[in-house]
Amino acid sequence: MYAFDIERPSTVSDAVKLLKESDENQPLSGGQTLIPTLKQRLAAPEKLISLTGIDEMKGICEDDDGRLCIGAATCHADVAAGAGKYPALAALARQIGDPAVRNRGTLGGSLANNDPSACYPSAVLGSGATVVTNSREIAADDYFQGMFATALEEGEIITEVKFPVPEKACYMKFEQPASRFALVGVFVAKYADGVRVAVTGASEEGVFRWTEAEEKLNSDFSSSALEGMSPPADNMISDLHGSGAYRAHLVGVMARRAVDAAH
Amino acid sequence: MAQVSMTVNGKPASGDIEGRTLLVDFLRDGLGLTGTHVGCDTSQCGACVVHVDGKAIKACTVFAAECEGSSVTTIEGIAAEDGTMSKVQDAFQTHHGLQCGFCTPGMVMSAEALLQENPTPSEAEIREYLEGNICRCTGYHNIVKAILAASGQDVSKIAAE
Repeated sequence: MYAFDIERPSTVSDAVKLLKESDENQPLSGGQTLIPTLKQRLAAPEKLISLTGIDEMKGICEDDDGRLCIGAATCHADVAAGAGKYPALAALARQIGDPAVRNRGTLGGSLANNDPSACYPSAVLGSGATVVTNSREIAADDYFQGMFATALEEGEIITEVKFPVPEKACYMKFEQPASRFALVGVFVAKYADGVRVAVTGASEEGVFRWTEAEEKLNSDFSSSALEGMSPPADNMISDLHGSGAYRAHLVGVMARRAVDAAH
Repeated sequence: MAQVSMTVNGKPASGDIEGRTLLVDFLRDGLGLTGTHVGCDTSQCGACVVHVDGKAIKACTVFAAECEGSSVTTIEGIAAEDGTMSKVQDAFQTHHGLQCGFCTPGMVMSAEALLQENPTPSEAEIREYLEGNICRCTGYHNIVKAILAASGQDVSKIAAE
């Protein structure tokens, strides 16, 4: 690692202030991706602003609209244990990495990084959740902007995510066993006003909504409605773990399994 | 350089660190607690698992500065003061839950964390909990058996003699 300093503010406003002191300052959440990246010298911040000491960014509650509001610095293990009101979301958190990683890694960190194979982006997009930052609220449909790209501006920190709770939902993950990231993960959520299907791990563009499947499921919420369907393989990730065509096929399979298991 | 203070195995510990000093380096190089191992240094293998404020974490993937004021338990803090091994340590010995021993500190720390969360885990739950702990010697059979035994459960069912 290159040398850098660490600051550990205890409020969001102090963290924002510290971030804005220099373009070379970078926020640090659970660090489960950023620290390995720093070790490979792929990042060289002047100062890391740790968000782990900010209590107002941790915890789970419900707002007046019945949405589940999760602090961005809440670790995966706490979401797995505390998001009982939204079982598919708790189950997703329980499948990330391994227990020690889940005790450090955070919701906000995962979303800010927007790894194309990360689990959380599919839940946020699949739920039509709202990403709250220190300065505004961003709809999930506007937040994700391609592989590792988001609507966040420099010095902007995700503080909370608000999830509308669906009638039923399920996340189906085909795990890449070495990394435990999703080779393909499909999040299906059925709301009173429609079904949302979000896919992670598959596309070169990062997480995306499979709208063709959503249309079918809107008229018939059953796996048979998706029989034989898979998205086009053109833009799918192709690597040593699987070809684009294989991933496209898996999207169909995982989506059908998710619909069958949704509760 | 900055100063960091934390409680390690029940005793106050402090030292000078850089921003980039990892917790595992502070424990090993700063405090001489070399029981916590660095295997992969990429948060895959789990040889560096310690408990921070009661939670199992990978000490190679957290900065020492972030543990300011925390209570840290390492493998050195698991046995009693007089050297009496914990149930988990004892079961690892009885059931031969190790070969070369390199991964053992992390295995024991993960097992201790599991049993605190779930005092009577099933074999499947144990295997799932150890997903982030890698043993390259001899497989997981006796490790799983040891943890099952430490939880007071019958191990004959999983015995592959």
